[in-house]
Amino acid sequence: MKLTVDGQTHEVDVEENMPLLWVLRDEIGIKGVKYGCGIAQCGACTVHLDGVAVRSCQTWAADAEGAEVTTINGLGTPDAMHAVQEAWAEHQVAQCGYCQSGQIMQAASMLAAIPNPTDDDIDAEMSGNLCRCGTYPQIRAAIVTAAAKLREA
Amino acid sequence: MGRVKTIARRSFLIGSAAILGGVAFGVYLYKRPVENPLLADLAEGEASLTEYVRITPEGVTLITPRADKGQGAYHVQAALIAEELDIDLDQVTVDPGPPSAAYYNTALSGEAPGFMVTDDSFGANAMRTVMDAAMKIMGVQITGGSTTVADGWDKLRVAGAVARETLKAAAAAQTGVSVADMTTDRGAVVLPDGARLEYTALAEAAADIDPVTEVTLKEPGDWRYIGKDMMRLDVLAKSTGTQSYGIDFEMDGMVHATVVTNPRKGGEMLSFDASEADAMRGVQAVVPITNGVGVIADNTWRAFEAARMVSFDWGPAPYPAEQADHWAALEAAFNDDQLDSQYRDEGDVEAALAGGATVEAEYRAPYLAHAPLEPINATALITDTRADIWTGTQVPRFAQEAVAEITGLPVEDVHIHVLMMGGSFGHRLELDVVKQAAEVGMAIKGTPVKLTYSREEDTAHDYLRQIAMARVKGTVSGGQVQSLDLGISMPSVISSQMGRLGQSVPGPDASIVQGAWDQPYGVPNYRVSGYRAEPLAPISSWRSVGASSNGFFHESALDELIHAAGADPMEERLRLMWDDNSRATLEAVAEMSGWDGPQMGQGRGRGVAFCLSFGVPCAEVVEVTNTDRGIRIDKVYAAANVGRIVDPINFEHHVSGAVIWALGHAISAEITHSDGMTDQLNYDGFEAMRNYQAPQIEVRGLELGDAVRGIGEPPVPPAAAALANAIFAATGQRIREMPMRNHIGFV
Repeated sequence: MKLTVDGQTHEVDVEENMPLLWVLRDEIGIKGVKYGCGIAQCGACTVHLDGVAVRSCQTWAADAEGAEVTTINGLGTPDAMHAVQEAWAEHQVAQCGYCQSGQIMQAASMLAAIPNPTDDDIDAEMSGNLCRCGTYPQIRAAIVTAAAKLREA
Repeated sequence: MGRVKTIARRSFLIGSAAILGGVAFGVYLYKRPVENPLLADLAEGEASLTEYVRITPEGVTLITPRADKGQGAYHVQAALIAEELDIDLDQVTVDPGPPSAAYYNTALSGEAPGFMVTDDSFGANAMRTVMDAAMKIMGVQITGGSTTVADGWDKLRVAGAVARETLKAAAAAQTGVSVADMTTDRGAVVLPDGARLEYTALAEAAADIDPVTEVTLKEPGDWRYIGKDMMRLDVLAKSTGTQSYGIDFEMDGMVHATVVTNPRKGGEMLSFDASEADAMRGVQAVVPITNGVGVIADNTWRAFEAARMVSFDWGPAPYPAEQADHWAALEAAFNDDQLDSQYRDEGDVEAALAGGATVEAEYRAPYLAHAPLEPINATALITDTRADIWTGTQVPRFAQEAVAEITGLPVEDVHIHVLMMGGSFGHRLELDVVKQAAEVGMAIKGTPVKLTYSREEDTAHDYLRQIAMARVKGTVSGGQVQSLDLGISMPSVISSQMGRLGQSVPGPDASIVQGAWDQPYGVPNYRVSGYRAEPLAPISSWRSVGASSNGFFHESALDELIHAAGADPMEERLRLMWDDNSRATLEAVAEMSGWDGPQMGQGRGRGVAFCLSFGVPCAEVVEVTNTDRGIRIDKVYAAANVGRIVDPINFEHHVSGAVIWALGHAISAEITHSDGMTDQLNYDGFEAMRNYQAPQIEVRGLELGDAVRGIGEPPVPPAAAALANAIFAATGQRIREMPMRNHIGFV
């Protein structure tokens, strides 16, 4: 099947029900997308499907066919960061950093829909993304900064 | 800076060694005629090279041997070297280096059994020295015990200074200019006329000269990195998905694998049937390993799917099958035969309690998993002549020995490449995944194989935080705490953990009473007894080890007594506290929180707790509101004294993260066993704190005293007690068991 990931088309030969997560990581080689739990409890595998955050461990490869898949590696790069990534760097959010790809993708999706989120919005949108290092206060601060950057852009 | 000169003279002989067209600077440890028995730390004539700075014509590499699990260890080690080397962090490469006995950890023995950290007596220091020597003999290159900064503070700065001064000497030999007329600046020696000689251009010349053996370290006022806000080296990569972790490692021709081992931890595999799995797409082989199988496939998911289809006949668990029996073993251990230590016994506790106790209570803390977000993994490539392992480990030397044993190769032909870790919290002190990768690698020699645990396998086989119980009795009179008798029962973490590393540790296990016996309070009649329960489920170090449960026990019990005395929780603690730095830490948190008693009105309450652990006094105040949806944690104030703060931003984030870690587990997390197996296998059953539950956190770091300490663990022990004390203030309900949600609802 054909998948469009970060603007590039890839021909992959996989089972229809192979989770998009593993197609991205092991077949296409995009490693910014992380495996944490495999049951949509941690959010480390979050990617965008046509701009909306989904858990790639629960998205079948077949369901991603025909959609635009965006990963953390396509959202921005170290030389050309997305506003959310810039905010994450400015606040030095990451400790181990393993969950942060998913946190950033979830935050970018939220901010596209809710440009000026309240604390309750952040609670509701971000609580599906687990961080074992406890970076939640820094995540919250970075979201406020990113929202301001996006509004100014 | 006479002190550092003394160190260099008496225990370090500074050296350099030419390597591959460049030069490596480091520190020789060299036995000198013994003047002071405390310095008897190496065998006669023994020299051991440690490398921390490598300069080649291509660039400068700083060696940072303590593993990075997310705590910023690479950054902080690099900053300490760079400070003295005088180079910018964006001019260097950071390399964790190979496993080596030279990188043994001197700071791990800082907490000598039976002596308080605040005890600077001869006896205490002698014991620390004995432990230090043992660590050296064992060549223990361990990351743990919040020791990275403590261990590196002098060692890494001296290494940087030696490299700097030797480069200046090389420049002097080349140009004829006197060293006294030179300065250094951002990776270059600067001559009086302003000409810059880059370090990289001096590498070859430096390799040919005798290294400078005495150095003077910078005055604190001249520091460019230490104590200043810095951007951690890994921040950009970790904000853009470009940080590579162990699980992301890849090489040509690599295959994927996972394992299934007996869910009754340590139990045998009697037989297995892989006929269904063998027939699945992408599956290359199912091979037996110790207590289970490895499933090799062309994709991680295909390996996971096939692993589900293997059927097994498992042997029984080598510990009680049901959780209730684990608790029963702890209850049964409160007896004289199982008394493991009684490091603290002051006044006359028996006499004080003879008239009956004012407070008598029992406390419990459950098993907990480490559950870092990156599932454990290791990549192995085994051939007839060498073994290579790429993995995130805190104990690379032990990993090397384990792989040598499995492969039959000499230790020097086993190469451990330490990779960035997506969290650990103590999890990566264990070696199962390394051994299993080696076993699977032996089955397909010559083919690299990446072994990844499923989350379920990871949680099922986590070496847990110890289960623990405490029984407390105490009396009060005249508005003061008069006696505190605390007995703690748990299995020995150290014996379980070190046993798996093939080490036996004689004598009492100080971790059974860690964070309880060694608190700087002057209660007139004061006794802390450790009882060693029989070995149960295998356990391991979990962020703050024994103190993680004992901080909760001791500070909750003390709070109960203070309440019974009718005293203020803050004032009575301050009155009892005899250590100046501990007192200053408690005063700091009182001031930050505007403490004016536990009652805040309108269903709100605050609690305070203190714990001295890993040499660091840490005090926390938690504020809660009793809402109609349950307890909400509003705000936490945390103060800790580490002597010196290297990176203030990382320090603050580390404290804040540790508080969330501790509170999250205290509220909701536990691991239990049924039929010998772990009941909670994924984050749906074991999640700890979510974003919406996280309080605001205010942090203050203190820099008192001479000792420099780490901050990874010390904020954990007081947090649960501060929360329980706050809940008591807000509701009148005393929670004596974690997880607390089994007794009260949370928002």
